[in-house]
Amino acid sequence: MGERTLLVRGGTVVDVTGSRRADVLVRDGVIAEVADGVDAPAGATVLDGEGALVTPGLVDLHAHLREPGGVEAETIETGARAGARGGFTALVAMPNTEPPLDDPAVVAAVAAAGVRSACRVVPAGCVTRGRAGTELAPLGELYDLGVRIFTDDGACVADAAVMRHALEYARALPGAVIAQHAEDPALTDGGHMHEGAWSGRLGIPGRSATAETAVVARDLALVRLTGGRYHLLHCSAAGTVPLLRAARAEGLAVTAEVTPQHCVLTDACCATFDPVYKLYPPLREPADRDAMVDALADGTIDAVATDHAPHPPVTKERPFEEAPPGMTGLETALAVLWTHLVRPGHLSAEQVLAALSWRPAAIAGLDRLGHGGPVVPGRPAHLCVFDPEVRWRPEPADTASRSRNNPFFGTELVGRVRHTVLDGAPVVIEHVAER
Amino acid sequence: MSGRQHLLGIAGMDRATIEGYLDEAAAFLEVLDRDIPKVPALRGRTVVTLFFEESTRTRMSFETAAKRLSADTMSFAAASSSVRKGESLLDTVRTVDALGADALVVRHPAAGAPHRIAGWVDAAVINAGDGRHEHPTQALLDCFTLRAARGADLDGCRIGIVGDVRHSRVARSVVWAFSTLGAEVTLVAPPTLMPDGVDGWPARSVYDLDDVLDELDVVYVLRVQRERLGRALLPPMREYYARYGLSEARVARGKPDLLVMHPGPMIRGFEIAAAVADGPRSLVRDQVRNGVAVRMAVLFRCLGAGVSPAGGRADG
Repeated sequence: MGERTLLVRGGTVVDVTGSRRADVLVRDGVIAEVADGVDAPAGATVLDGEGALVTPGLVDLHAHLREPGGVEAETIETGARAGARGGFTALVAMPNTEPPLDDPAVVAAVAAAGVRSACRVVPAGCVTRGRAGTELAPLGELYDLGVRIFTDDGACVADAAVMRHALEYARALPGAVIAQHAEDPALTDGGHMHEGAWSGRLGIPGRSATAETAVVARDLALVRLTGGRYHLLHCSAAGTVPLLRAARAEGLAVTAEVTPQHCVLTDACCATFDPVYKLYPPLREPADRDAMVDALADGTIDAVATDHAPHPPVTKERPFEEAPPGMTGLETALAVLWTHLVRPGHLSAEQVLAALSWRPAAIAGLDRLGHGGPVVPGRPAHLCVFDPEVRWRPEPADTASRSRNNPFFGTELVGRVRHTVLDGAPVVIEHVAER
Repeated sequence: MSGRQHLLGIAGMDRATIEGYLDEAAAFLEVLDRDIPKVPALRGRTVVTLFFEESTRTRMSFETAAKRLSADTMSFAAASSSVRKGESLLDTVRTVDALGADALVVRHPAAGAPHRIAGWVDAAVINAGDGRHEHPTQALLDCFTLRAARGADLDGCRIGIVGDVRHSRVARSVVWAFSTLGAEVTLVAPPTLMPDGVDGWPARSVYDLDDVLDELDVVYVLRVQRERLGRALLPPMREYYARYGLSEARVARGKPDLLVMHPGPMIRGFEIAAAVADGPRSLVRDQVRNGVAVRMAVLFRCLGAGVSPAGGRADG
C-alpha cells in the first residue's frame, strides 16, 4: 500500500494540552506534524480547517445501534456513519440488542463489524444473562474480546446482591467498569415521563427523580464495599449530583455521563404529547437540567454521551404512553451543546470537548486505541474538524441514521462538524460521509 | 373545511368560550323536548366515534347527539391498542379519515392521543377522554348541569371533588372548568391519590373530607379506579369508604341544599351510598340527560356549522 497523507490546514487545534493555531499532517494513519504553515506533500488529501477547531475525534460512551435484531431502526454501519458525521471516531454500542450482547459469539460479530465502519464501534457487554438481572453474564469471556463497559442499560441492575457481585467480579478485569441505568423499576413501574407538576397536569404516570437517586445511593455504598469501578449512565436528577461529588471526594472509582438532551430540554416538552421527547430516564425540571450543566462544569459529571436511541417512525406515531423511549443524537450532540451551552457561556469549549472526547475515551479504555488525543506527532490520527460559527438546521431528510426521532431536527443550531478523520482516513468531508 | 375546530381540553380555555358552549347547549336542550327531537344542522356531515377504549355511555351520548343533529354516524371500536402492536395510531386514524369523517370523537387510554390525531387529520377532533388527562365534554356537561340546578352562575360556588383525583381525567377537566367559571374548588383525597404538583392547580387540596364537608355547596364524587391503582396506593376499601365515601350520614351533616354529582359509572356502596346516588340531592340523572345537549353543542361548534339551529325545524 502506498503512503497515505492528509493535511488539515488552517484550523485551531484543541486538545487536553490546550489550543493553538496549527496545521495537522497525517501520514499512514499517524499524526506526523502539528505546526503552523505545514506544506501539503504531493498527492496529499487536504481538508479545509479555516475557521474550524481541530480536535481529537469524539467518543460516545452510549449509542444504541440496534444490531442485531433491530436493523429497521439502525445498523452498525448506519449508526457509525451517523456518528462519523457528528465528529465521533469511536462509540460504545449498547448491548440491549436482540439477542443481547451477553454471549461471546454475538459480541465478536459486533466487534468485527465495528472495525470496518465509519467510526470505531466497540460493544459493551451485558452485566447479566439476557439482561434479566439475576445471573452474571460471562464477563471475562466478553472482556477477552475487548469489552470494557458492562451494562444492562435499558434495564436497571436492581438486585443489590447482583450489583455487588458484578462490581466484585469485575475487579479481576483491569479497566472494566460496571455501568448502571439507575432507575429503580419498582419506583418507575408504569411511568412514562418525569414525575412532577407536568406529569400531574398531563395525567401521564411519572418516573420520579428519586428512582435514580435511590439506586445511585445504594450503588455507591456497594462500590465502597467492593472497591469496584462504577459508571453512572445518563445522570438526570439534581439529587444525584451531591452523591457523586461526595463519592469522588472519598476516592471511589466512580464516573458519570449525561446526555445533551438532559442538559438542554425539560419535562415541559412533554406537554406537546410528542413522544420524540419521551426518554428513560425522562427529561426533568429546569433545576435538574441546570444541575447537570453545573456538574459538567465542575467535573462531577465526566462525560457527555448521546444515548443515541433510534426508533423507526411507526413506533413514534403512537400516543406518548405507548411509544418507546429514546431519541437519536449522534449527528447533533456537539452542535446542540455548542448552541445551547457554549455560546451562551454556560460551558467553555474545552469543557465540552473534554466531556465528548478525552474523558469518555479514558472511561471506555479507548485511549488505548488512540482515541481522545492528544493531537501530537506519533498518535493515531482520529480527528474532528468542527466549524463553530456556521448556522444550520438538521433535517430528517439529511441524516445517516435509519431513524428520524430527534427533536432538534428543524431547529437552528450553531456549529457543525465539517470533517472527520479516522485512522488517518477522511471518513467525512464537508458533512458528507465517505464510508 | 373552514370553521372547524378541535375540542381537546379545558385547561387554558377562557370563560367566554366555556359559557358559549353552555349557552349553545341550552338551546339544544330545548330541541330535545320537542316531539321530533331532531334538527338538520349537521345534515350531510359524518361524525365518527373512534373508541380505543370501551365506553358505551359516552359513545352512545355522542352518537345520540350526532343523530339529533341529523349527522351520519360511524362507529370505529378499535381493540385496545396495546393488543394491536404493529399498527400505529397514525395508520388507524388515516384509515378512518379516508372514509370522509368531518369530526372524530376520540376515546383513548393514553393521554394526548387526540392531540396527536388532531395534527394528522383534516377532521375536527373531539376528545372523549384521553387516558388520565382530560374529558372536556364531561366537564362542560357538569358545568351546564350545575348552572341549571343552581339557577345561577358558578361564581363563589364551593365544590369539593372527592376521590381518586390522581387517576381521573374527569378531575383534570372539571377543576379547570369549575374554577374558570368562578367556583372555589377543593380537592379531597388521600395523599396517594392526589396528583403530582397539585399545588399548581387552581384548587386547594385537603386530605380530610369531614374537615371541609360543612362548607361545601357541591360534592362531586369521583370513581375509585381500581383497575388503575398501582401497588399499595390504598389500604382496604372499607377504610376508603369510611374516610372518603359519600354516605347518608355525611350528606346529613352537610349543607341542607348540598348537591351531589358523579360522572359515572358509579359503584354504589363503594364511593357513594346508593341512597345518596339516587336521592333528591343527586344530579346524576341530569348529568346524563344534559350530556346529549352539551355534546350537540360541541359537535355543532366544532364543525363550524354556522347559524344556531335553535330555531331550525325538525328534519322530517
